[in-house]
This record gives sequence, C-alpha cells and structure tokens, in this order.
Amino acid sequence: MDQGARGPKRVVVLGATSGMGRALARRMAARGDRLHVLGIGDDELARSVADLEIRAGVRSGSIGWSRCDLEKPETFAGALEEAETKLGGLDVVVVTAAMFAAQADLESDAKLTQRLLTIDFTNTVLFCEEAKRRLLARGGGTLCVFSSVAGERGRKPVALYGAAKAGLTRYLEALDHKHHAEGLRVVTVKPGFVKTGMTAGLKPPPFAGEPEDVAARVVRAVDRGTPEVYAPVAWGPIMGVIRRLPRFVMRRVGF
Amino acid sequence: MANGNGSGLSMIEGWGGIGVPGRELRSENLERVTERAVLSRGLGRSYGDSSLPPASVGEVVNTTLADRLLAFDEETGLMRAEAGLSLFALNRIFLPRGWFVPVTPGTQFVTLGGMVASDVHGKEHHARGCFGEHVTRLKMRVADGRVLWCSDEQHGDLFRATIGGMGLTGHILEVEVRMMRIPTAWILQESRRVDDIDDFIARLKDASHRLPATMGWIDLLTRGKNMGRGTLMAGDFASPDIAPKRFPKPLPRVTMPFELPSWTVDRWSVRAFNTAYYWKHLPREMHGIVHWETFFYPLDMIRHWNRMYGTRGFTQYQCVLPDAAGPSAPRRLLEILTSRGGASMLCVIKNCGPEGKGILSFPMPGTSIALDIPVRDDTQQLVDALNEFVLREGGRIYLTKDQFTRPEHFRAMEPRLPKFQEIRAKWDPEQRIRSAQSVRLFGDKP
Ligand SMILES: Cc1cc2nc3c(=O)[nH]c(=O)nc-3n(C[C@H](O)[C@H](O)[C@H](O)COP(=O)(O)OP(=O)(O)OC[C@H]3O[C@@H](n4cnc5c(N)ncnc54)[C@H](O)[C@@H]3O)c2cc1C
Repeated sequence: MDQGARGPKRVVVLGATSGMGRALARRMAARGDRLHVLGIGDDELARSVADLEIRAGVRSGSIGWSRCDLEKPETFAGALEEAETKLGGLDVVVVTAAMFAAQADLESDAKLTQRLLTIDFTNTVLFCEEAKRRLLARGGGTLCVFSSVAGERGRKPVALYGAAKAGLTRYLEALDHKHHAEGLRVVTVKPGFVKTGMTAGLKPPPFAGEPEDVAARVVRAVDRGTPEVYAPVAWGPIMGVIRRLPRFVMRRVGF
Repeated sequence: MANGNGSGLSMIEGWGGIGVPGRELRSENLERVTERAVLSRGLGRSYGDSSLPPASVGEVVNTTLADRLLAFDEETGLMRAEAGLSLFALNRIFLPRGWFVPVTPGTQFVTLGGMVASDVHGKEHHARGCFGEHVTRLKMRVADGRVLWCSDEQHGDLFRATIGGMGLTGHILEVEVRMMRIPTAWILQESRRVDDIDDFIARLKDASHRLPATMGWIDLLTRGKNMGRGTLMAGDFASPDIAPKRFPKPLPRVTMPFELPSWTVDRWSVRAFNTAYYWKHLPREMHGIVHWETFFYPLDMIRHWNRMYGTRGFTQYQCVLPDAAGPSAPRRLLEILTSRGGASMLCVIKNCGPEGKGILSFPMPGTSIALDIPVRDDTQQLVDALNEFVLREGGRIYLTKDQFTRPEHFRAMEPRLPKFQEIRAKWDPEQRIRSAQSVRLFGDKP
C-alpha cells in the first residue's frame, strides 16, 4: 500500500461539477478528504461546493473553488496555485473534465474536431504537466486522470474522441514510468459507458455503469496508487478481449 | 454504441409498467434542459401516465441528474435542493444527523420534484398533512420560459397549483422544505392483527389519536365475515432511552431480475402471499423497536418488485372515501372488487386528515384505500365501477396512481378542477405544459 493511504487528503478536482467528477468529489468529501474544486461557471461551482459541504457536514466556506478552463491553458497555473494555498499543500490532483461529441458531428465540423482534440489531449496534457511539477516539488503525490476505454483500440463510432483519449492514455503511462521513483503515482481511469449528463443522449449498452460505482473504485485506486482502473468493473475483462481482437475482426464488427 | 443522438425511439413507462414510445432528456443543468420541454419527471414512481409525455411530443425531462443540495440550516432545518434529488439520498445524508422529511411516501425512490408535484402523503397524514404543507418555496420554470420563485407570498396561486399539480404548471427546479428533527433513527412500532374491515376503520382512528404514523395492510381474498382482515401498524421515532445506541445498518436488498409471465399473478400466488403475510403476525399484538426502512419502506427491500406483475403491467387504484360516507363505505368498495373476482396483491388502508393547500392535492378527511390491480381485459370496467362508487360517496382518486379513470368521472369528482384550470390558463395560455394524463383527463391537446 502506498504512503498516502492513511489520513485525509488534500485534493484538487477539475470537473467536480458534473458526472463522474461530481460523484467522486462527493465520495471523497464524505470520507473527510479536504477538497478544492476547479471548473467553469461561477454559479455551477458555487452550487457544487454547497452540495459537497452539506453532504460532508462541514461548515460553509471550508471548500474552496477557482476558475479553471480546459480551453484556456493560461488559467491552469493560477488555479492550482490558489488551490495549493487554500489547502496548505496538495496530495492528489484529479482531472475528470473532458469534452465529448458524436463522431458524425465531428466529421462535419472541423472547428468542433479541433476543439475536442485540444481539450481532451493537448490542454489536458498541459494541465497535467503543471500539476506534475507542483506534486514533484513537494516530493510526490497522486495524479488521477480520466481517460476512456474509447482509447484502447481504433474504433469506428468514436474514431476522433478515441484518438484523443488514446494519446492521453499513452502520455499518462509514460508519466507514470518517468516519475515513479520520485514519488509520483499516476492513476489512469478508463471508464466504459457510464450514465452521466455527457452520455445522456446515447442508448446505454449492457454493463453501463453508475457514477457512484466508478467513484468507489477510483477512490480505492487513488489510495493504493493503482496505475490503471477500468470502471465499472465489467469493462476490465471486456477490454481485455477487445484489446486482443485481430484487426480483421475489428473491421468486421461494427463495434 | 455512441452513434448520434439516441437514434430510434425507446419506451418510457410509469411504475405500473405500461409504456409509451418516447425518450427522456437528461442533464445536470435542469435550467437548460427544461427550456423547451413540456413535462418533467423524476424517478418514475407514479404508477400511471402522469409522468409520461403526450403522444405527439414523446419527450420528457428526467430530473435525476440534478441532485445537488444547495442550503441547509442546522438551526431551523430549512433545506434547499435541486428537484431531482432523491429521498433515498436525503435519508442517507440526514437520518444519521437527526433529521427526516416531515412527510414520506411508502418508497424512498422518489425525487423532491415528484413529491411536490404529487403532494405526497404518508402514514402521518392525520398528524402532519401532505409534503406541500412543509414546502416553503419553489424555484420554477414556467411555460413562457421565465425562471421564478413562488411561495405563499409570491405568486401564491402558482405555488398552490404546483403542489399536487402533477407537473402541469411548469418545471420545478428547486425545492425548499423544512426538515423535521428526530430523536433517533429507530421506530417504536406497535402492530396487531385485525379481523375485518370494520374493525380496521375503528382501530385506525384510535391509533391515529395516539401515534403520528399509522397504516393498515389488508388481505383481499378473504370473503364474508372476515373480509378485510389484515395487519395494522402504527409508530413513531423512538426516544434515545429505549432505542439501540448505534445507527441502524442499511438493510440488504434483493432484485426482481425479470418480469414474470402474467399467469403467475393469478389467484393462487396472491392468496399464498396474503396468507403468509397475515400469519406472519402470530401474536395478535406486537410492540417493538424496528428499523426505519422496515417501517416506512417495506417494498423498497425488493428492487423492481413491480416486475412481479408480469408483462401486462398493473395499475394502482387509490381513492379517499370521506368520513361523511360512513364507516361502512370501505367495506362496500372492497365488495365491488371482490364481487368482480378482482385480485389485489396489495391493499393499503390509511387515515387522512384535513385537506392541504395544494389545489388538486389528493387527501381529504376520511379513509384512503389503495389497491394494486394486475391489468387484465376487464380492468377498465373494474376501474369504472370503483369510480362510480367513489363518486356517489363524495370521494376522489389520486392522480399519481391513475391510468384508467375516464374524464367524465374525474370532472364529476373534482369540483376544484375549474379553479386549477383557471390558474393554469393564466400561467400557460397556450397549454404548452402537459402530460399523457392531462391529455386523457383534462382534455389537453394531444
Ligand atoms: C412503492 C410505492 C409506494 C408509494 N407510496 C406512496 C405514499 O405512501 N403516498 C403517496 O402520496 N404516494 C406514494 N407513492 C407515489 C409516489 O410517491 C409519487 O408518485 C411520487 O410523485 C413519485 O415521485 P417521482 O420522483 O418518481 O415522480 P414521477 O413519477 O417521475 O413523476 C410524478 C409526477 O410529478 C411530476 N414531476 C416530477 N418531477 C417534477 C419536476 N421537477 N417539476 C414538475 N413536475 C415534476 C411528473 O410530471 C408527474 O406528474 C408510492 C409509489 C410507490 C412506487
């Protein structure tokens, strides 16, 4: 077990206002971790902070928030700086924020494609670089980033989104190797289909998961420094098979 | 997966399992997603078509992703939250801290918005009224697109029409309600076997003078002298000196994995179920400390228990018979059911106190009877017959359970309807906000 497993942690979450980030932040706040929330939309942030405070039973004002926009890399350093000051240090940085768009929409709109690739790959990497520097300066910590099973193989229905996530996954893997000895733990979360606002327009496949179940698995992985988490749990074996499918089979099945 | 926006229509259904083609819009941002919608729904625990969109629209907002707690005052218990927050989450968060909703329905899998729109009542109606009595403010999106707050003082007509208004006055975005302090999370319960329906009426009244929460469960297969035998339960939160020190552990749940074929709900299984339930109660009278979930939410222990009714689904018929109809009215209602060979797996009887502030709110002083009825070819005729009786006796039905009532019956039993429609017309002259139920019962445009 990792050194950070004991005691409450000081956690920054980018993306805690919705979906899996919301569920994860609730779970961490409820067990006594100290949070600082990053995101866009002052009203959204304030509402999510109120929710976390009431659920955790802490007094109003004890959870801080800062504006941080994945479309604006210039906001990253300032937001993380504020978080670190308010928390008096930093143990865990979580990134759940990302953008999703349907393949058909992306193909007909180059601007949209550029936005998605920038947010889900380039800027997420820039944010991680900034977070990594800060964690390493303190002698280590945990960086937990949500990628996706969509990045495991090149797949027709998510060709572009999947490509961005594939890039992100490989980057995170390298980061883990590069800085492991220095005390940095990188946890890459690969959710399968999870029922959140992001996937609300899509028909849930079998094994679709709930954000709460993902949150439970991720908290455990953060505590242990597990480098790779499939969530919900059924996606581990499913992806085990899919990763091994020969290319001609991938081409045949519409998957 | 991931192929454009929800291509193809899926089905949406109420708890009775009778579906319509359509889809649900979901978002964490309720304000945005309700912008053009004609109806909102929560966890779909209303039995019939009140949470289903009109056929020509086929689209309804599902609020359950909007579940944030926004304010809570430890001194006064005043709590504000987004409308999609479930009672299940609320109980998990607040019971350990000594707070509970002042009024709860018989399941925790409902949302705050659904509780307001149905103006739910519980075992405690005679003591604490409906949920709406404890609601202080509502944030709403009304038909013209505005987002506004309403309360007793501010847009009072909209407030009173929304409480118990089945979502027909607009979308509820936030609910502010006063929570109730409780001494412990354990229940001191007394329960007893009751021999027939007349005895039930007397004992319900008696128990309700002493205890805030009362209800009875009736076995409907016994005829004649013993018709309406069953179990009466009453209770209140236990004081710290008699309750166990620890907080009650969550109870295990099982899941009904799939729908049973309809023939299993025939008389034999119903009889077995009811007899077992009756004789489970061996001593005539029992007292004891029980878990809050056992007391308030016995049916929640089996997830998807509605699948028990099979593929054709079921309906719940719930009416209230006013005290003026006399103590024999419940017996006469049950006779209509049994004389037609109707089986009901579950029959719940409750006491109702004074009418609340919601204009179309269900309870009135008298006795409420709820019957689960598996759908068969003659269900429409059965509901008609029950409605004609209720109408004659001056009672009314509960909209959140209804699927089969005819508009003429409904209009005749609802003298309050014109007032409700007048307020609706003021806030929504084009009649944009509507449901499958309002099309069926109120004559809204399909
Ligand atoms: C096992 C069981 C026991 C029950 N026991 C009781 C009981 O004891 N007492 C009682 O009163 N009821 C009882 N009910 C009924 C239940 O409490 C109500 O139907 C409740 O409204 C369901 O809430 P929901 O969130 O599932 O709402 P839904 O079923 O999704 O919707 C119900 C109505 O509320 C409207 N609505 C929902 N959300 C909003 C919103 N945000 N804005 C505007 N309108 C909205 C819908 O349009 C619809 O008309 C019981 C139901 C079950 C399944």
